[in-house]
Amino acid sequence: MDYLDHLEAEAIYILREVAGQFENPALLFSGGKDSITLVHLAKKAFRPGKFPFPLVHIDTGHNFPETISFRDQLVAELGEQLIVGYVQDSIDQGKAIEQTGKNASRNALQTVTLLDTIEQYGFDACIGGARRDEEKARAKERIFSVRDEFGQWDPKRQRPELWNILNGKINKGENVRVFPISNWTELDVWNYIKRENIALPSIYFSHQRDVVLRNGQWMAAAPFLQIDETDTVDHKSVRFRTVGDMTCTAAVDSEAVELDDIIEEIRSSTISERGARIDDKVSEAAMEERKKQGYF
Amino acid sequence: MDILKFITAGSVDDGKSTLIGRLLYDTNSVLDDQLEAIKKANRKNNDGTVDLAILTDGLKAEREQGITIDVAYKYFQTKHRKFIIADAPGHIQYTRNMVTGASNSDLIVVLVDARKGVIEQTKRHSFLAKLLSMKKVLVCVNKMDMVDYDQTVFDTIKADYEQLATKLGLKNIDYIPVSALKGDNIVHRSERMSWFKGEALLDYLEKVEFPEAKQSRGWRFPVQWVVRPQTEDLHDYRGYAGRVLGSGLRVGEEVLVLPSGVHSTVQRIEINQQAFTVAEDGQSVIVHLSTDVDISRGDTIVSAANPTHSERSFEANISWFDNKPLDTAQLYLLQHHSKTVKIKVPEVLFKYDVNTQEQHYGADIRLNDIGKVFIKAADEIPFDLQEDFPENGRAIIIDPRTNITVGAVTIEQI
Repeated sequence: MDYLDHLEAEAIYILREVAGQFENPALLFSGGKDSITLVHLAKKAFRPGKFPFPLVHIDTGHNFPETISFRDQLVAELGEQLIVGYVQDSIDQGKAIEQTGKNASRNALQTVTLLDTIEQYGFDACIGGARRDEEKARAKERIFSVRDEFGQWDPKRQRPELWNILNGKINKGENVRVFPISNWTELDVWNYIKRENIALPSIYFSHQRDVVLRNGQWMAAAPFLQIDETDTVDHKSVRFRTVGDMTCTAAVDSEAVELDDIIEEIRSSTISERGARIDDKVSEAAMEERKKQGYF
Repeated sequence: MDILKFITAGSVDDGKSTLIGRLLYDTNSVLDDQLEAIKKANRKNNDGTVDLAILTDGLKAEREQGITIDVAYKYFQTKHRKFIIADAPGHIQYTRNMVTGASNSDLIVVLVDARKGVIEQTKRHSFLAKLLSMKKVLVCVNKMDMVDYDQTVFDTIKADYEQLATKLGLKNIDYIPVSALKGDNIVHRSERMSWFKGEALLDYLEKVEFPEAKQSRGWRFPVQWVVRPQTEDLHDYRGYAGRVLGSGLRVGEEVLVLPSGVHSTVQRIEINQQAFTVAEDGQSVIVHLSTDVDISRGDTIVSAANPTHSERSFEANISWFDNKPLDTAQLYLLQHHSKTVKIKVPEVLFKYDVNTQEQHYGADIRLNDIGKVFIKAADEIPFDLQEDFPENGRAIIIDPRTNITVGAVTIEQI
């Protein structure tokens, strides 16, 4: 088998283990390339049957509109269930407090909404598209990663994970985060998207956009981005390499309009994918701290 | 292009993380922003060079203490291969995390400090390599820079290790003298060790091949999930989804379903709703049988001509991970692929001394111990002996009170 076949077979195996071991799993869907890849893998794992889980989107309300329309179209084509948890609801309920200031982002607030959604629907497993090559705290993650009843990850108490035997046994209230594409790299995902001809939101490809330079990075000029007289709005040819919400995902200068261009761009890039994520730059342990809180 | 999964093992401060950092750095696999982050963290080696270990020590507690606590997985690629490295802790306290990394690797790189030679952790890790039936062992004698790149040091350690390997019955072993810190024999061959005629580590990893699995061993198919759409147009569709262990599962083959013992024939093999005549090792497929059989998750389909054992009791080597010792009176769960059954471990046959490989009788199995036990299960398990078919000779033990994986098992004898 080619390496992509190997990675695919492993991911399908993991998805089927989730189906077999859990009562009420969910697939966390952000509308980004990794979760779109997961949906494609789920089709391979369960079709012609239905998915044994709904898709769950934690909507910050600050999404790229292209992502949301892509999400809705994909769900309609799939004929599967979509559950949306709104960060705005958590804010309205006083459970999450909106950040203020120029670099305000709702990214961290997602954790509150995610944990509430998990509790509301009683999910015992949440499948996510995180990869170990993304970030050094992610590199430590098990494939079946147990979170306590507060949604917390305790890196010192991770279970041993032997061979491909995945232990999904948990106590009530606990939750397992499952990462079927743990062993994929960013380039693997792109090569797979190309091989399988998987459709993506248009923002992954080069397009003209109004952007603002913030802390050395190009941010999309969104209505909820605080833009004042010190900012200049540029009109540039950009694309997004990773898709979080509009306040934490920076664009990169790019002319890549086709998958081959993107693959070449990533192959020769000297900056990691997470280099364009403001949320990771807060501190050395930013991701680890968020994961401990329950971020996926 | 294929994937090589390997693990680095060795004692604390043997330089595992540095070795990996060096491999990544010298193959230009470290990106600018990651390098920038290391420089910002400002952890330096004694000689002022950047501490490459920080690339893999992803947890705050690890960076604070300068040790590796849990496995980190790192990825890099050359023209020849893709690599997945498991950077595992050396501390005896975290042996379970080392086993986690090793169990998913094809090759183990055992690091030996040139100044210290073969020590207890070397023996422990080599013993685990044997237990987990690693396909290949590479001994890297590290810190050669600290012994003046002296060939006799390397030769002595090699001879010591060969002795250990013979005792353990470990095969397929290679040796390379390196300095991870200085980059000798990691990516480039070292001029300072011209006496060494072998390849540098990266060359070795790019080229190493594994002995082919025995052709005759056949295949096993643990059922993970039954695909049953029950729609009007797919009313009779009933597919058994799983991942093939071994190779040669073909359409038309007579099969046996375990534990029920019912016979049937493979009617169709599907991947992504396309039909195939044969399924290869490691492929995730859907299998259809010619007759309507009652099969659910946890059952195993095997070739009627080459079935597995299907027994309720067996002897196994056990590697214990829990703070609570193995309790011979307690009920545990055994997970063997998709099947989970209640078990008891009524008898500890003996415990191994990892230093001498001697067998001690009448001992408890405690944290990090390795021993041989007798296991009794509530239902038949379709297993092979580890020696005959490693992928089907393994299982984990779960404590039903905590749900934690407390032990790893390799089945040795019926």
